[in-house]
Amino acid sequence: MILGLEFPPIQNLVEWPNWFGPEGSWYGFNKIAFINVVALVVTSLLFFIAGRSKSLVPKGAQNLVESSVDFIREGIVLETMGPEGIKYLPYLVSLFFFILITNIFEVIPFFHMPANARMAGPAVLALFTWAFYIAVGLKHQGPKYFINAVAPSGVPKALLPLVIPIEFLSTFIVRPFSLAVRLFANMLAGHILLVTFSVLCITLFTASLLAIVLPLSFAMLVGLTGFEIMVAFLQAYIFTILAAVYIGSSLHAEH
Amino acid sequence: MSILAQAAATAAEGLQKADYQAINGATNAGLAYGLAAIGPGIGIGYLVGQSVQAMARQPEAAGMVRTTMFLGIAFTEALALIGFVVFILLKFV
Repeated sequence: MILGLEFPPIQNLVEWPNWFGPEGSWYGFNKIAFINVVALVVTSLLFFIAGRSKSLVPKGAQNLVESSVDFIREGIVLETMGPEGIKYLPYLVSLFFFILITNIFEVIPFFHMPANARMAGPAVLALFTWAFYIAVGLKHQGPKYFINAVAPSGVPKALLPLVIPIEFLSTFIVRPFSLAVRLFANMLAGHILLVTFSVLCITLFTASLLAIVLPLSFAMLVGLTGFEIMVAFLQAYIFTILAAVYIGSSLHAEH
Repeated sequence: MSILAQAAATAAEGLQKADYQAINGATNAGLAYGLAAIGPGIGIGYLVGQSVQAMARQPEAAGMVRTTMFLGIAFTEALALIGFVVFILLKFV
């Protein structure tokens, strides 16, 4: 009989020992760092290979890259920023591919760990995006960007003391925070969900009588793996689309 | 019946302060996530329902509605995810 489910402590799920380098040092290298490096190399190689062949009828890597760039161009940039946002396409495409590949390691055997389930990755990406949309705002509107961002025109003067703090909080603090936390919490939740069902499967496998419900638990695990592939894609999409919306909001003063 | 009560009493004596803290932490964590999930649950349901209605009424605007729907889901979902982070903090930290 099954008596109790030994769920591993959360540290065992997300903290990985260093492959080399002492713990806590800046050059320590563990699984998360390796996944990030792989994502960087795969993204660069994919675009390098696809960029070399310039055939009119694309196939292979060129086909994949051209259709995904087209997807981001039509589905994200033109929908949220319009034609003048096309020049920010390279940032958004690299963001999308980097997040997608670091997320998809959640279901790749022998890794089974989304790199974005540690806060550092999403936080850095969110800070990049934060700096990017402030820089775009400064470039397009000059120093008036900060005034336009916190005090939209058309607000009655009496309401300004209320509106300015709220707008300042939501534009410069809540935006990067929610970008980072959204990606982080989604990936961590998915990771914990998969671990829970894996632990359940192993426990049921050794339980004598309750082993008859093992197929149900295993089917759930397989189904959730498919679901997590979808979540990995969706989170990359949502991060990219929100980055596009934030950059687009810096292009012009709201009116 | 008395055996059960006796067993419960022995079990209660065996609980240490750390156990009570663990019980409190688990209860509060469950409550925090449960409460945080109510609003976004209603919100996402309403949002997607309205989007489906919009897409059904105007199929040529489906692409635009879908983009906006994902945006809305992302904003609505944020509260539930902050609740999940609070759950992790209460339960494990």
